[in-house]
Amino acid sequence: MKFLPNSDAERRDMLAAIGASSIEDLFATVPSAVRQAPDLPDPLSEIEIRRFLGGLASKNANARDTAFFLGGGVYNHYVSAIADQMLYRAEWLTAYTPYQPEVSQGTLQSIFEFQTHVCLLTGLEVANASLYEGASALVEALLMAERLSKGRKRAVLSAGIHPEYRETVRSYFANLGLEIVEVPLGADGATDPRALGAAVDATTFAVAVQSPNFYGVIEDWAVGSAAAKTAGAASVAVVAEAASLAMLKPPGEGGADIACGELQSLGVPMHLGGPLLGFLACRIEHQRQIPGRLVGETLDAEGRRAFCLTLSTREQHIRREKATSNICTNQGLMALASNIHMSLLGKKGMREVAQQSHAKAEYLKGRIAATPGYRLPFSGPTFNEFLVEAPPGVDAAALLDRLAARKILAGIPLSRFFDSRALPADSADRRRFLVAATEMNTRGEMDHLVAALSEVRA
Amino acid sequence: MSVEIEEKTDAALNARRPEPRAEPLVFERSGEGKVGYSLPPLDVPPAVAIPEGLRRGEIAGETEITEVEIARHFTRLSRLNFSIDQGLYPLGSCTMKHNPRTNEEMARLPGFAAAHPLAPESVSQGALELAWKLERILAELTGLARVTLQPSAGAQGELAGILMVRKALEKSGRARTTVLIPDSAHGTNPASAHFAGYKVRELKSNARGTIDLATLEAAMTEDVAALMLTVPNTLGVFEDRILDIARIVHEKGGYLYCDGANFNAFVGVAKPGLMGVDVMHMNLHKTFSTPHGGGGPGSGPVAVAERLAPFLPRPTVERREDGTYYLDADRPDSIGRLRTFLGNFGMFVRALAYIAAYGNRIGEVARGAVLNANYIRAGLSDLYHLKYDAPSMHEVVFSDKKQTEHGVSNMDIAKRLMDYGFHPPTVSFPLIVHGALMIEPTETEGKVGLDAFIHAMREIARECAEAPDMVRAAPHSTPVKRVDEVGAAKKLTLRWRP
Repeated sequence: MKFLPNSDAERRDMLAAIGASSIEDLFATVPSAVRQAPDLPDPLSEIEIRRFLGGLASKNANARDTAFFLGGGVYNHYVSAIADQMLYRAEWLTAYTPYQPEVSQGTLQSIFEFQTHVCLLTGLEVANASLYEGASALVEALLMAERLSKGRKRAVLSAGIHPEYRETVRSYFANLGLEIVEVPLGADGATDPRALGAAVDATTFAVAVQSPNFYGVIEDWAVGSAAAKTAGAASVAVVAEAASLAMLKPPGEGGADIACGELQSLGVPMHLGGPLLGFLACRIEHQRQIPGRLVGETLDAEGRRAFCLTLSTREQHIRREKATSNICTNQGLMALASNIHMSLLGKKGMREVAQQSHAKAEYLKGRIAATPGYRLPFSGPTFNEFLVEAPPGVDAAALLDRLAARKILAGIPLSRFFDSRALPADSADRRRFLVAATEMNTRGEMDHLVAALSEVRA
Repeated sequence: MSVEIEEKTDAALNARRPEPRAEPLVFERSGEGKVGYSLPPLDVPPAVAIPEGLRRGEIAGETEITEVEIARHFTRLSRLNFSIDQGLYPLGSCTMKHNPRTNEEMARLPGFAAAHPLAPESVSQGALELAWKLERILAELTGLARVTLQPSAGAQGELAGILMVRKALEKSGRARTTVLIPDSAHGTNPASAHFAGYKVRELKSNARGTIDLATLEAAMTEDVAALMLTVPNTLGVFEDRILDIARIVHEKGGYLYCDGANFNAFVGVAKPGLMGVDVMHMNLHKTFSTPHGGGGPGSGPVAVAERLAPFLPRPTVERREDGTYYLDADRPDSIGRLRTFLGNFGMFVRALAYIAAYGNRIGEVARGAVLNANYIRAGLSDLYHLKYDAPSMHEVVFSDKKQTEHGVSNMDIAKRLMDYGFHPPTVSFPLIVHGALMIEPTETEGKVGLDAFIHAMREIARECAEAPDMVRAAPHSTPVKRVDEVGAAKKLTLRWRP
């Protein structure tokens, strides 16, 4: 077995040193009643493993072999080659959490740089070393807001927040005695400000709004922040398409106390939805309540700049059940990739990626809106994703299936996010789907998509 | 742009070659007008259809830097890290084993890395089949009925597991109030139980460091929802009374939760399902060798007995009779979802590749891990104190008791090990061993490496007696000297400022 370095002779020598006659002797404390060898196939060689997994991979349509317009929280942005190739270096790949700073300065400095990028993008002063992904980042942000409020019980969430994020919040909140109030969207597709104001009360600890929201519509952070402020609650800004941060007003400028969400767009492949890259940033006065790993700058014994994990007294390994969160790991390797990619793009590149994505989406949106039978239900401004309604009688999921067979991944049907039995056969929600564009899309494939949509209509 | 090279000042202090250090921050390398990317010309009309009040200006402080400088910067930074590929990384409870490289390439196939979680199921059959197969294999290895792959890491797996227990109890009438956790447990256990809405009652370990049956029997009331047990425990000791433990918990209507962080000790040899375990999380980045990546991504699948299957996070992956696969979100008793999409799919690919390489010989993993840990134990137990001397499985936990006589602590020993070219063991827990040195070599270390480690530890024991000041000042040969962690927490600097 190529991952087991000991020879038979070495194993015998080791057993002799231990004073055991066989390896089985070392398992004496494991009762025989619980022992059983697994029923698994024979070992596969490396060539066979590649054949097996290559076969499975080939059954999945992907962005390299289709015209690709899927978003919904995971976007097909370019990932610079070096941001992935650097991950192969053993020093990054095969190290762990930098508990021992003297032999982990590489990882620690990279996280410190990552934290800085997140602060610059969000307009906030403090960011952590990353979280699992967007939905659990929102949970952590809300729990943080709840701690800051010292006893308040209500979270007000915009219905424009990604439905899987909201479902995650419900799962986490189920047993914590916390209440969730959802605020509907207005006719333009943005959170209804009046409904938002009405939902916020003196028991509210957080007001959370996503922008661009799940339907692609850009929200004004100031609306959520104003509602939060009147009640003394925390304003939580959710970002699921991080490329937008280079073009849209950052949460910090919009009065947000906490920003959270998903950074996958900035350097992480889509990976079938994981691993992704959650983030959380906040105002400096809240920094001791931030969950997750944090890297700080300090000095070594000779007075040189050095970095280390810090404020670990917030964390589970010290505080146990009183910790700010149960999380242990961050998304180390993805945060590294994102640091590399963000650094390469930098000030101008991140902006250009955002502008191109926006311009392409605007082109596509205009062309689809001009396609007979199709309409855009929401009038609000969008960044790079928008909602489309197919003609009456056309089920979006079936339509998108047919296009997928023609190598066009045209969008995501809303019916995927709702209990499909609850939707009447020709309800508008059954006909609606999300379409996203990025800098990866060409005019040619967008024209191809529009032509295909008209054909299907015909 | 020079890299300082530390001179070898004292050969006796420098077991390793010199290292580069003092790499500036990427922001400090930035220079106006430099470019590190290229994009195609825009092939549609430029458009900015966003009201000005919703837009931002330039991102002040962001970088301008070339690819050349990025390559150098991150290569230099990488060299400041210690990693498994450089040598033994015996960080106890973290299972720092070799990461097979084919797995890295497989996870990057476009059909996985460039595929989208919300593509139609008709063109995602390979992904669903992979998830289904991995689930079936993990169910077989654990001897349990169903598995969710959704949790992002072990801690989220713990939460998922306890939430399922809670839902099952609620369904049968009463959620109960308390979760029992041994004092030897990892800190995530009580934190996860807390976030599932339970109070935590700590169980005091017996003189062997294991569960005391009488203590358990007394604590196991009908208010107790579950016992969270790490098997083998964080001392590396197998609960040899596991069947009695399960009986006591079950007799009172509770659930037995197994923290599978230490599954590497018995994978392929024994099955938690046969032990009476009802629910168990695994760490794909430990037992199944997906890379630790400097702190993640992890992946924390949870296996459950049939009676907990209705409560699994949704959606589940199912197979139709015609052999096609689909996602089932129509699970009314589900605890819901704990994150977006299917989970850390990239880790599923790697774990499946790893398991496929061993197949029905996967028990060799556990046998190798246990042999190696016992070899280290045999090589060091005359010089380092073993507070609990019950037989070790995959790791051995010494303490610094003999070395504190010379004023040297486990942290000092850890730092000194760096000078010998090893990553230190875990020193922060288990909390029941003061001054712990928790050593987990894993099965992917050979006798040669183990002998070198044993030699280093023996040398350090001698140094503790003969040159304690030198040990306390360690490390001497690392890129930076001992780092002021207290200072970092006092005066917080968490970012670079323009």
